[in-house]
Amino acid sequence: MHEISLVESVVALIEDERRKQGFSRVRAIRLKVGTLGHAEPEALRFCFDAVTSGTIADGARLEIETVPGAGWCSACQRTVPLEERFSACLLCGSSHVRVTAGTELRLAEMEVE
Amino acid sequence: MCTVCGCTISVVAEHSKHPGNAPRKSLDDHDHSHFHPDGKHHHEHNHPPHTHNDDQHDRTAGLIDFGNGPAGVHVVGMSQERTIRIERDILSRNDAFAATNRTRLLNAGVFALNLVSSPGSGKTSLLVRAITDLKDKWPIAVIEGDQQTSRDAERIRATGAPAVQINTGKGCHLDAHMVGHALDHLSLRSVSLLFVENVGNLVCPAAFDLGEAHKVVVLSVTEGEDKPLKYPDIFAAADLMLLNKADLLPHLDFDVSACLAAARRVNPRLRCLTVSARTGEGLAAFYSWIEERAYAVADPVS
Repeated sequence: MHEISLVESVVALIEDERRKQGFSRVRAIRLKVGTLGHAEPEALRFCFDAVTSGTIADGARLEIETVPGAGWCSACQRTVPLEERFSACLLCGSSHVRVTAGTELRLAEMEVE
Repeated sequence: MCTVCGCTISVVAEHSKHPGNAPRKSLDDHDHSHFHPDGKHHHEHNHPPHTHNDDQHDRTAGLIDFGNGPAGVHVVGMSQERTIRIERDILSRNDAFAATNRTRLLNAGVFALNLVSSPGSGKTSLLVRAITDLKDKWPIAVIEGDQQTSRDAERIRATGAPAVQINTGKGCHLDAHMVGHALDHLSLRSVSLLFVENVGNLVCPAAFDLGEAHKVVVLSVTEGEDKPLKYPDIFAAADLMLLNKADLLPHLDFDVSACLAAARRVNPRLRCLTVSARTGEGLAAFYSWIEERAYAVADPVS
């Protein structure tokens, strides 16, 4: 389950930020996770408390914003929703759809004090 | 586990730079320091110990200090709480190590491939065969990733090629920092082709750039032709798919064309080759694929 590594990376990014900005506690962490990306939100939530225990993020609330998949259909010349990375265009059925959104895996912001 | 270096449960075989097994209190209460014997690169990243003591504020008797902002009490304009926008990619630390590895490999003239697959697809057998066939022309080294044991590295060393084993412990993938440590153990200037055999796992290695030139996904015909649709991330991340164990096809119901169609549906740019590490079928095409790309960065034996 690489989500453990991902949460550890989040903690490391928070530590980076703490050195720059100076705060003593993290109240909430907001992640953006794309539906076409490499991480499963439920798995992130599942391991979050265990991984952050004893770190600067201990006790923080985890909020995950799910970013829906979208792609540019070269046949339709427009952006269309994508449920899976390899989905065909919902409008025309073309498989020439280039993913433009939904692969995000970002630490967006956090509430600190 | 420290995701940066895998301290405490991940070890590079015969690697003693990390003191190792002390209980970890936070992600940054240990040092990382390593030297690269090729003399081109050195990085050291000390993480100072820290405390986060909520009682560090002066709590003088009788003093009511709203500035200290007791948790849960919101006084408009006086709360210590603030929101910090960060917008950083969660994999950015791994990607920074990967970029360092990539530069290092390029400067040393090494063409590196990251082999990914489920366990048992035949990655090590393919490598043993490829090294045997190519070693007279290209100096080759291997980095082996497994949860436990040095069995694969020993199989590689039997071919005469140097191999470094990384044991990830509970880890399900290699990350770029582990590979950076492993590169320290190789004489990169005398290597032209580097194969990194990732931990057998069709999910997690997809997310982690190691600094390789290309990911190569190996799928065996005993696994089922719909694997690319069931595990699309890894097939989307790869540039080449090797469909291995082709010698078993007469005994199976495996539909090669359906499998290739599934792979190309996930990744239209994916090159696909049907091979057998056992009989050597299709391997000439694999070697050509490697050499077409390796000549751009690496030199064969003169």
